[in-house]
Amino acid sequence: MTMRSAGPILTVVGVLMALWYLAVVPMNAPWERDQAARAGRELPFFELLANTMAQERPVLPAPHQVLIGMWTNTLGCDAVGRRACRDTTPLTLTGVGQRLVASAGSNRSLVYHAWVTLTATMLGFVIGTGAGIVLAVGIVYNRAMDASVMPWAITSQTVPIIALAPMIIVVLNSVGVSGIVPKAIIAAYLSFFPVVVGMVKGLRAPDAMQMDLMKTWSAPGASVFAKLRLPSSMPYLFASLKVGIAAALVGTIVGELPVQEGGLGVRLLSGSYYGQTVQIWTALLTAAILAAGLVGIVGAIERRVLRRMGMGQ
Amino acid sequence: MSVIEAQNLSLTFQTNDGPVHALSDVTLTINKGEFVSFIGPSGCGKTTFLRVVADLEQPTSGSVTVNGMTPEAARKARAYGFVFQAAGLYPWRTIQGNVRLPLEIMGYSRADQEARVKRVMDLVELTGFEKKFPWQLSGGMQQRASIARALAFDADILLMDEPFGALDEIVRDRLNEELLKLWARTQKTIGFVTHSIPEAVYLSTKIVVMSPRPGRITDIIDSALPRERPLDIRDSPEFIAIAHRVREGLRAGHGDHE
Repeated sequence: MTMRSAGPILTVVGVLMALWYLAVVPMNAPWERDQAARAGRELPFFELLANTMAQERPVLPAPHQVLIGMWTNTLGCDAVGRRACRDTTPLTLTGVGQRLVASAGSNRSLVYHAWVTLTATMLGFVIGTGAGIVLAVGIVYNRAMDASVMPWAITSQTVPIIALAPMIIVVLNSVGVSGIVPKAIIAAYLSFFPVVVGMVKGLRAPDAMQMDLMKTWSAPGASVFAKLRLPSSMPYLFASLKVGIAAALVGTIVGELPVQEGGLGVRLLSGSYYGQTVQIWTALLTAAILAAGLVGIVGAIERRVLRRMGMGQ
Repeated sequence: MSVIEAQNLSLTFQTNDGPVHALSDVTLTINKGEFVSFIGPSGCGKTTFLRVVADLEQPTSGSVTVNGMTPEAARKARAYGFVFQAAGLYPWRTIQGNVRLPLEIMGYSRADQEARVKRVMDLVELTGFEKKFPWQLSGGMQQRASIARALAFDADILLMDEPFGALDEIVRDRLNEELLKLWARTQKTIGFVTHSIPEAVYLSTKIVVMSPRPGRITDIIDSALPRERPLDIRDSPEFIAIAHRVREGLRAGHGDHE
């Protein structure tokens, strides 16, 4: 991120925070008034204000509650265990490292759950991207596939994944496939689509003149593909990968909901079961950070590759 | 010795608006070492003729031979290099990478590729720009690189479809001069499509004047200008006489329509 874009981004974040705090009061106030009424006492306005931002199970947690929740669930004592906590207090830089290691091994920690989600996301992304590229090549080179695959690919994306995911997991479980693979397949199911669309467009990007030029050299099909179509498709591929990796993350989280084997999806669901809104929001924030990081990494690779290919901005 | 021979060549495109007679009954012989320009308004079939020779279009009737072969056999025997109006360089390849491209596809050895790239880069006076990317070069230099690419595999025939059409007058003059030098040095047979009368007269040993609807040849002019042509030959009476005849030919073929 350059300094120039940091200003506007921070401004937007600031405005969102302010709006968030403003929303917290009316959302959480009814419960406070209810409590006060039951206790039969008057609730002064400033006490009400303070109380709405410190509830244990708020309808809408305040931003600082979510941030504290983030700390508690990553490097805080709850997440790393009492002994690791004692050993690393006061906290030093190596202590942070030790806590991170302890945290990654504890199923009470967001680091652990984020890792579970991340691995399935990456596996699904690789499968989805591979399948997407293969399908795109088929569509570009095979007339029958050109006519038949795209409608099905579009149809596949109109089925709500939340309805499809449990069935995929049940079916795969019944044939003995469980663990990371079913989640990865759901992630792949969402991420292959943008790759197909982008790669078909990319592989068809060379214009008639470029194709004629290849013909004047009597270039074999493999050369046309490797030297012209594939390099031409790179900008389209990367645009698709950015959409695809975010979709893979969503797919993984949805795939984690019915299984309860860890992951951010599990944190979301158990949070909603027990009314732990702070837990839901911390899981959401973690997913958002993860998505931003993944898209950022793809973007960085894109810039490097396209610049090396002389197609950088 | 004839290199390209067309006999009663016709090509009709079937379009939604009915048939378009791109070429009608074209008979033409191009001899070895000639510089032949095709001139005429849009739709006169000059580009189509070049594309038929290059096996990029199939004639509807008539015959054409290139080096005594069918266009397809000639293409596979690497009889010609083709230069399009746009340079069409790959942005992801350096200039030498672009010039090397057909050599890679045709399977020349590494050492041979290097030697040939060096030779043709020198021929089009782009030495020193090997490692640049296309966007770092002007339009004229890009087009020179595309000529180098067409020359790299030593085809005897160079087919050029309005190669300098998108360039400004000054750059065009320089490239015309360089093209003549290149032609003198390499002894290639050149087929050159253009819109410009001075360009056609300046470059050619033979000028084929064409007219549209249907695309046909209205005049073939053998130029009496010497092979050695400084730019100021364009002010000589001989030059002006040929240019006049070309203009007359264009007007005759076009008269009824405008």
